[in-house]
Amino acid sequence: MARIPAARPTGRTIPAPDKIPISLTVNGLDTKLMVAPWTTLLDALRDHLDLTGTKKGCDQGQCGACTVLVDGPRINSCLTLAIMKDGAKVTTVEGLATNGALHPLQQAFIDHDAFQCGYCTPGQICSAAGLIAEGKAKTADEIRELMSGNICRCGAYPNILAAIQQAMARHD
Amino acid sequence: MINFQYSRADNIADAVRQIAADPAAKFIAGGTNLIDLMKEEVERPSRLIDISRLPLNTVAETAGGGLRIGALVPNSDLAYHPLIAQRYPLLGSAILAGASAQLRNMASTGGNLLQRTRCYYFYDTATPCNKREPSSGCSARNGLNRMHAILGASESCIATHPSDMCVALAALDAKVHVAGPAGERTIAFSEFHRLPGKTPERDTNLRPDELITAVELPARGFAANYTYLKIRDRLSYAFALVSIAAALELDSDTIKEARLALGGVAHKPWRDPEAEAALRGRPANPAAFALAADLLLRDAKGYAHNAFKIDLARRGIIRALTQAANATPQSQSSKKIR
Repeated sequence: MARIPAARPTGRTIPAPDKIPISLTVNGLDTKLMVAPWTTLLDALRDHLDLTGTKKGCDQGQCGACTVLVDGPRINSCLTLAIMKDGAKVTTVEGLATNGALHPLQQAFIDHDAFQCGYCTPGQICSAAGLIAEGKAKTADEIRELMSGNICRCGAYPNILAAIQQAMARHD
Repeated sequence: MINFQYSRADNIADAVRQIAADPAAKFIAGGTNLIDLMKEEVERPSRLIDISRLPLNTVAETAGGGLRIGALVPNSDLAYHPLIAQRYPLLGSAILAGASAQLRNMASTGGNLLQRTRCYYFYDTATPCNKREPSSGCSARNGLNRMHAILGASESCIATHPSDMCVALAALDAKVHVAGPAGERTIAFSEFHRLPGKTPERDTNLRPDELITAVELPARGFAANYTYLKIRDRLSYAFALVSIAAALELDSDTIKEARLALGGVAHKPWRDPEAEAALRGRPANPAAFALAADLLLRDAKGYAHNAFKIDLARRGIIRALTQAANATPQSQSSKKIR
């Protein structure tokens, strides 16, 4: 069984009676970790698996920086308990590139300079990947509306929209 | 977050058994509101009973020509479901007016009904709030109350119910199916949520040991003449200042049946039988719509920061009824209000 090649591949296995073993397939790699019931998926990814690409912004589901894909759909990992996703397939921004080639959305964000500070970018890209897979957005208005769960405090929205349109055209 | 125990429910009976055994426990499905409230320590359950794997995630046609929506159907799946788009577009539109795509992917149908108010003081454990802590007082009455109720409020509480989906369900006369230790029962949507009165800590008439299993829509869907018009401080991903679900059945220009439900104005989705009755049999024109608006708002009362909502609601009702009558429902992507 493949493992996440990180410093702590199976999470911190501190023997505490209140921690429960779960399995996740993260970016295609099966991993086991011990979590407390209150550990969010966001904290499990960042603190147990060292996958710090997924960002903690508001930690209240309002900013979208923590967006990841779970069994397909995009969700807010900050409002998700890891224990409830036992057995799920999780894709984070680290899992989008294939064989060293950037995902079309990652390339499009670079092409269009679709960020300034970059803190919201992993969430924007994962959210856009979910948006494209959902297939509900065609027009610029629809993309803006269905990306409204991702806040960019630098205000790079026009460039983010252009980047998503580029990736979407390629997807079609 | 305060620490808690976690367990999974194997089936509906097991879920009900588990919650009956621990009065401080809570069910969790999507968790979008509950986890948030637990982080703020507004909710402090002893145990979370995970119902997310129960087989309550189907949309099925009923013998009576309606739909039975499982309590765990995600909001996004429901909004885009072909039968909803075809027969109950008002419901789909209202769902898409709420939250964000991520939250709609997570949030369940049953959980949407049990959302708690977004009153700032309810969330702020440093302030008095009768809903959070009975008899501690209401900070909103004389505090910041821009978001708050203009109808049906009490001395104890002027909070509003935050859901968009529930406003459409109220207009459509949905029913809520629940299971409890004594078996199953059905609650009319109008009886599901409560006005605050002296017990604002109780949002609904669901008993603590009951589980929502389904929401049922009757056959009448108002697919031809409807709109969901939501007015808010920013164009997307914000709670309503005022929202209006309007649905009409027309016989050429005469109103045969009218439904009007408002969100953002009260402790529950607000319907007014007199305002709806006043529309029936009248020509669908601005004079009739204004009459209904005035009737619905006859007892409206504003506070320091939300009195503007009374006029906003009046104009919104007239606009929404016009959109419904003209079969030009509000688009939830283009924000232009026509």
